[in-house]
Amino acid sequence: MSERYSASEMMTVTASRALTNGQSCFVGIGLPSEAANLARLTHAPDVVLIYESGTLETKPDVLPLSIGDGELCETALTTVSVPEMFRYWVQGGKIDVGFLGAAQIDKYANLNTTLIGDYTDPKVRLPGGGGAPEMATATGEIFITLKQSKRTFVEAVDFVTTVGFGRDGTARDGVPNIGKGPTRVITDLCVMQPDPTTKELTVTSLHPGVTRADVIEATGWDIAFADDVSETAEPDDQELTVLRELKTRTEKHHAES
Amino acid sequence: MAEFLSLAEAVDRYVADGATVALEGFTHLIPFAAGHEIIRQKKRDLTLIRMTPDLIYDQMIGAGCAKKLIFSWGGNPGVGSLHRLRDAVEKGWPHQIEILEHSHAAMANAFEAGAAGLPLAILRGYIGSDLPKVNDQIKFIDCPFTGEKLAAVPSIRPDVSIVHAQKADKHGNVLVEGIIGVQKEAVLAAKHSIVTVEEIVDELDCGPNACVIPAWVITAVAKAPGGAKPSYTHGYYPRSNKFYKDWDPISRDRDAFNAWLDEHVFNTTADNGASA
Repeated sequence: MSERYSASEMMTVTASRALTNGQSCFVGIGLPSEAANLARLTHAPDVVLIYESGTLETKPDVLPLSIGDGELCETALTTVSVPEMFRYWVQGGKIDVGFLGAAQIDKYANLNTTLIGDYTDPKVRLPGGGGAPEMATATGEIFITLKQSKRTFVEAVDFVTTVGFGRDGTARDGVPNIGKGPTRVITDLCVMQPDPTTKELTVTSLHPGVTRADVIEATGWDIAFADDVSETAEPDDQELTVLRELKTRTEKHHAES
Repeated sequence: MAEFLSLAEAVDRYVADGATVALEGFTHLIPFAAGHEIIRQKKRDLTLIRMTPDLIYDQMIGAGCAKKLIFSWGGNPGVGSLHRLRDAVEKGWPHQIEILEHSHAAMANAFEAGAAGLPLAILRGYIGSDLPKVNDQIKFIDCPFTGEKLAAVPSIRPDVSIVHAQKADKHGNVLVEGIIGVQKEAVLAAKHSIVTVEEIVDELDCGPNACVIPAWVITAVAKAPGGAKPSYTHGYYPRSNKFYKDWDPISRDRDAFNAWLDEHVFNTTADNGASA
């Protein structure tokens, strides 16, 4: 790994580059929010960021700790009610990209944020679905970003909170008015994309210094590699500077409140 | 017509044991003062409805007020778990609670359907999710015009909804500003409603399209300055992120939680307990 940047910086920068200037993006809290705002502050100044609390076209100066921080409302073009957000803006098909994180993901990009173990006798109870189940089907496509490990990348999730391609890769087939679903998964090791036919997540790009063995070691299933695996482009100095300043501002702000 | 009551009187009169109660406010304007008053009055067997249970329902569940929880995202925002909720679900402390979980889209639609007087909400939702397998209140219907399969959930019609807002005028008309969540829908969907406010003013002084809830659809208005702390009131005070972080260790431990409850809820009153 480079001395110029960390693995998590590599992940955030790569995730931010997935967004195109002018796209509308429904942003999950945490890593997606960090990546989406980095995109807005670098190559995509006109990306439209939308948070489920109802804030449309928001431009926070610091990253929100919660989905409803006042900062999101104060810097938004406008703020709508939560029913309007989910009915008109999400279900109405006004959003190009949903940017999500998760506690657990499987080889068909299904996401689990509900629980580990059995539903009636959970080992660990997680927060639940929130806005993700409908975001995953109503937006044009989904980007997912999370750190990669055997614990988070499992063969089959314990509970499908939010559908990727279902238990066998066919959940979206023949369903009307449904988005493309997950088109890329960005981790601290690599980028994965669904195989065009089977929908199984397949490594398409390795971050600099990361080997196939590293990825295999951090994945809970027999991970496939594309025929032509490329090397992910490194973060440039400007991206790293903007990201570090954003994180410093954010930490300072939240420490004071 | 809204009646001006003390918060203690409003809770005593309209929150009965066994009632279905919605305290709303989407991360913003969370009615903590009202929730603490419910804990103080030892209300029991409540069905608690809230999209994001947040710390207020964590506290009410830990205090033994809840029989059932209907929700769509049960975490401590930006911090992690709600440990009192988890303790109740995973270990049955202080007693087992029933949970019914939805997605945000379904709950938002269900509040809106409740406000609209409909028995159900219809949405394009839950496609491919396991949630319908564990929540028997999620059904699917065929659109009579297109044949498209759509999700249906019952509308939310609470016995009482409680929300916090910036201000009421002297007639009891209420202004909600900032992230307005489902407050208006929650009030309109309920049989009774209690609105706590930061202040009571002569005039609301707002634009023609502001989110105003008229006095004649509100049951009771109670003045509760700081009543949303440690969440925030847009234009009045910020969210105490520190408290949300501090809550994690307090709520992890049953004794620490009980000690906190004694000090900040039971040994205080509705008038000065809002800032906990």
